[in-house]
Amino acid sequence: MKSWIAFWNILTKDMRSYYLKPPNISWGVLFPLVWIAMFSIRSGLGMESLPDLLPGLVALSILFGATSVLSVTVTFEKKGRSFERLLLAPISLELLMLAKTAGAILFGVVNAFVPILIASLLTDLSAVKWTILTPVVFLIAVSSTFLGLFIAVSVKEVFEAQTFSNFFRFPMIFLCGLFFPIEHLPVWLRPVAYVLPLTYGADVLHASIRHAGRMPLTLDVGLLAAFCGILFVASLRNIRQKWIA
Amino acid sequence: MIEVRGLTKAFGKIIAVNDISFSVRNGEMFGFLGPNGAGKTTTINMLTGLARPDAGTIRIAGIDCSKNPKAAQHLIGVVPDESNLYPELTGFENLCFCASLYGMRKAGRQARADQLLETFGLADAAGRKFGGYSKGMKRKLTIAAGIIHAPPILFLDEPTTGIDVASARRIRQLIAALNAAGTTVFLTTHYIEEAERLCRRIAFIVKGRIVRTDAVEDLVCQTDGRHTVQFTVSNDAARLCQKITAEFPNLQCQMVTGGVIRVESSGPVRVGSLVRLLEDCGAEVSEARKVRPSLEDVFVRVTGIEAGTMKQEKEKAGKGDGA
Ligand SMILES: Nc1ncnc2c1ncn2[C@@H]1O[C@H](COP(=O)(O)OP(=O)(O)OP(=O)(O)O)[C@@H](O)[C@H]1O
Ligand SMILES: [Mg+2]
Repeated sequence: MKSWIAFWNILTKDMRSYYLKPPNISWGVLFPLVWIAMFSIRSGLGMESLPDLLPGLVALSILFGATSVLSVTVTFEKKGRSFERLLLAPISLELLMLAKTAGAILFGVVNAFVPILIASLLTDLSAVKWTILTPVVFLIAVSSTFLGLFIAVSVKEVFEAQTFSNFFRFPMIFLCGLFFPIEHLPVWLRPVAYVLPLTYGADVLHASIRHAGRMPLTLDVGLLAAFCGILFVASLRNIRQKWIA
Repeated sequence: MIEVRGLTKAFGKIIAVNDISFSVRNGEMFGFLGPNGAGKTTTINMLTGLARPDAGTIRIAGIDCSKNPKAAQHLIGVVPDESNLYPELTGFENLCFCASLYGMRKAGRQARADQLLETFGLADAAGRKFGGYSKGMKRKLTIAAGIIHAPPILFLDEPTTGIDVASARRIRQLIAALNAAGTTVFLTTHYIEEAERLCRRIAFIVKGRIVRTDAVEDLVCQTDGRHTVQFTVSNDAARLCQKITAEFPNLQCQMVTGGVIRVESSGPVRVGSLVRLLEDCGAEVSEARKVRPSLEDVFVRVTGIEAGTMKQEKEKAGKGDGA
């Protein structure tokens, strides 16, 4: 019980201090809008092709929503030494880091539904399998967040966290089969795609929104969950080794 | 309450803490006195679970913390050398947040925060953002945050460094009050006066090693068997000094100022006969007192570090003069 009081208060403090700040909220709304506009102008397609774009937009919204703030906040609090306060609290490191990441996960999930909401106003989304889409949105948010966490605990400076997370994010967008299938990648790049968690998330998004999945659902979900676990454990290991040195 | 054996920590080639052992008793205020870079903060970090020892054992309230540093964290409060609260939260919010980390419920948190803001004279600033606080206010709130969960053991890392005289005095009063109320306190400082005034026992730490641990009164009483008596006389101290040396060859006599004579001996000084001698020489003795060495003298003797070095650090540390 006591631990959960701590969990809840860490989460709500982060929400108020970081996620619910006006720039963040407007970013979450603006970002998908800009992408929708950009894609429909570029491809010159009508709104009926929006569902084809939607998996990519949803994935991008989650990825940027979940990683942008987290890598800054954790690194930032570490530098400002207020993170020591959390490390001194009598709660396990696992629960502490779940509390620190829960905000980012929620923010990623909420961001995912912005383009979906916009799309639902512009086109017919009755074919979408919501029972698959909703959980996978959550899983992508978790894996993206833990990737952000892993980056955040691997660097010292806030600017490093940003540079480093871009180093991961941008290639991921193009390698994960969000906007064109992995088969269109050069042969030597394909293995890279298969070690990125977003590849499997993107596949489920295609399956649930456009009924165009390429891999078995259980494989996708299983691998995505495995990525979440590995990234979280690796992050905790890094914290234990580097921060409690 | 705190038992440390063979604690060692190196950062690369630098051995920050080198095989130190000490114990802090229940309810005691224990001082860790040493110059910059002696390893004070590193020691606190290891005791509180912010750093991993390379070797050694730590027991806090009987709990072995060497393997699991989290095990005793609910029993300890920590006031770091730098204020590390959230600048974007108000004083009140900061305290409530810290309380929540220890699982305190909302009503309890708020009552405790109000109470501490009152005690620390910050009630008027409760609604202001921590980022806008002055240095002294920040330090006070950081101490308040450290004791928000009423921990039985409190670690204070240089609580008055860089704080002005009045605030430093107030902070020392608050610390003394906490200790009087039963809190075991582990205090690091490089102010000799502060350690002497607050602590019952002191460890001198220099370059990662404890060179001496003792009770304050024992430290200042130990004079290597030497006894010093100081006489305040009406006039002509120089001539009186010669007289004493002539009459008592086993005493070292020294004029401190025009009217003060200091007499040192390897055994107890017979004050009566000295006073009689001085009076026979026509001097009026207005005071005779036994001089105890200050903790500063002891520190210099034990560590070989000139007290001046510590003083310079003090001045560098800011406006605080540690008094
Ligand atoms: N994270 C670290 N990495 C490398 N060296 C360190 C680290 N922390 C401390 N040290 C070194 O360990 C030694 C002891 O430092 P520590 O901070 O414990 O001293 P201190 O007694 O607290 O000094 P001060 O009075 O300046 O606060 C110093 O030589 C310092 O440079
Ligand atoms: Mg220090």
